[in-house]
Amino acid sequence: MGNNISLLLVVIPLIAAPIVAVLPRGRLPWAVALLVTSLCALLAGMQLWAVLHGGVISYELGGWAPPWGIEYRIDAVNAFVALIVAAIAAITLPYALLSVEQEIPEEKIPLFYSALLLCLTGLLGITQTGDIFNVFVFLEISSLSSYALISLGRKRQALTAAYQYLIMGTIGATFFLIGVGLIYSQTGTLNMQDLSTILPEVLHLKTVNTGFAFIMIGIALKLALFPLHLWLPNAYTYAPSVVTVFLAATATKVAVYVMLRILFTVFPYGFALATPVEELFMVAGIASIIIASVYAIYQEDVKKLLAYSSVAQIGYMVLGIGLASATGITAALIHLFNHALMKGALFMAVGAIIYRIGACRMDQIHGLGRAMPWTFAAIVIGGLSLIGVPGTAGFISKWYLVTAALEQGAWISVVVILFGSLLAVVYMGKLIEALYFRPITDSGKEVTEAPILLLVPTWLLVFANIYFGLDTELTVGVAEKAAAILGGGNP
Amino acid sequence: MDFLIGHYNYWVVIFLMMVGLYTVISRGNLIKKVIGLNIFQVSVFFLYISIGTVAGGAAPIFAEGIKVYSNPLPHVLILTAIVVGVATTALALALVVRINEAYDSIEEDEIHELDHSL
Repeated sequence: MGNNISLLLVVIPLIAAPIVAVLPRGRLPWAVALLVTSLCALLAGMQLWAVLHGGVISYELGGWAPPWGIEYRIDAVNAFVALIVAAIAAITLPYALLSVEQEIPEEKIPLFYSALLLCLTGLLGITQTGDIFNVFVFLEISSLSSYALISLGRKRQALTAAYQYLIMGTIGATFFLIGVGLIYSQTGTLNMQDLSTILPEVLHLKTVNTGFAFIMIGIALKLALFPLHLWLPNAYTYAPSVVTVFLAATATKVAVYVMLRILFTVFPYGFALATPVEELFMVAGIASIIIASVYAIYQEDVKKLLAYSSVAQIGYMVLGIGLASATGITAALIHLFNHALMKGALFMAVGAIIYRIGACRMDQIHGLGRAMPWTFAAIVIGGLSLIGVPGTAGFISKWYLVTAALEQGAWISVVVILFGSLLAVVYMGKLIEALYFRPITDSGKEVTEAPILLLVPTWLLVFANIYFGLDTELTVGVAEKAAAILGGGNP
Repeated sequence: MDFLIGHYNYWVVIFLMMVGLYTVISRGNLIKKVIGLNIFQVSVFFLYISIGTVAGGAAPIFAEGIKVYSNPLPHVLILTAIVVGVATTALALALVVRINEAYDSIEEDEIHELDHSL
């Protein structure tokens, strides 16, 4: 059973997607999608449990033994990331019902859920597979469906945002493809495990080094690492609320996972240290944190503010990878999980405001905090977590990041992490000021609290933010185990 | 000289790759960008197929009397990538049609102006 879960996680949403597309209009497509995502979350939970207690799971597709066939290889790292993706999808779906009915034209709703399930298939596929070419295929499945999802936003800017993302995303994926091809030409294998045994012998070749560089740039485009982040703010801003919640909490996280895998599993641990990659990551991470946070402060659109904050948060993860120690990788993985929780909660709360007033510009939300107290409270707690206040999940990630930086004596990083938190105080403060301390507008007086169906998933994530800020056994325990697998334990 | 002629397919790959990428970056017309993207992707298909060649190898079809075959795996891989490329192009063109309906233009600078003059 344990082996089959790894494949079922990909196959179930893949088969459900075309079924959902042909279902009649109404709430049936949503119900099926909800069932499928809940099932996936359950399976992902079982998979993580199985991996933690029984060791690595290997599934040979079609019975072809690796390295010839495609292998799904699950250890603590990808089981953890798969659980994040599947759980966020399962929490997003109840939220989707009302929000999607309002934002998406009725005749497109079955297709919307179909595309959402395809996107989930792609993201889960990336986490499950142990074959590097398979990663490219799933990357494109998830990307193509997310371009379609983003273009469904209500404003016409959604179309240009989706187009821009398509161009940059395709260039990124093609760079990844070039890199894989160059590495294949020198090793003759695509299986990650096999590559990790063959690559050390051919590391001196220029072809392999060039391939490595192509792959890194390709993934950096996908995870929106500064300065390759230009597609992200518009894509997140103009996408439908549900799509923003889902993509912000999962898509970039999966790209971070691919980067960790390539850096530390496919290539031998010391290799990345010998190249300028680590320094580049440190510089890019630091630049992300400061520049994107400053941009966030000047945004007038709340979703764009949060999107720029996402770019900054990715900076923290990349900084953790750049520190290249066991603690650094642990910190990156913890932040990967926690950021999914906080951004999920924040985008859901903002989506609830959009559900009520149809927009979320700073001057339109004045005083709404008093009209929508539960939504407002969710934004406050999510914001505190983003800043990294003790008692929230964000504090745990910042704590491990600072510890990792101190271990290395990277004082600049420590200062940047703390300064980034201060900048987060400024932009979240600006949002909270507009929501609570400004006098309510005339049209705002008629606004009522968001419906319960939007509030429950939001508060589920808010509670998760507090819970994982107090009980770190799951996150830190699994992240440490995962970091040890990635080889961070023995530099 | 042998190096230049012996690797001529790789020179073609590099040339096409640069042409494609440059077109994507420099052109403001959304359709031309898609064309550039296609040229860029096609260069990668050539790269993969070149990699699969084995010196003196025949096409990978089983036949008597042939000992050396070219590696068929890159061909199979690139079939997948071609499908992905077709899907991407289709989606990109669909988006351009929708953009044209919404903005009445497919020039990047005009669209940019329309969005910011409001």
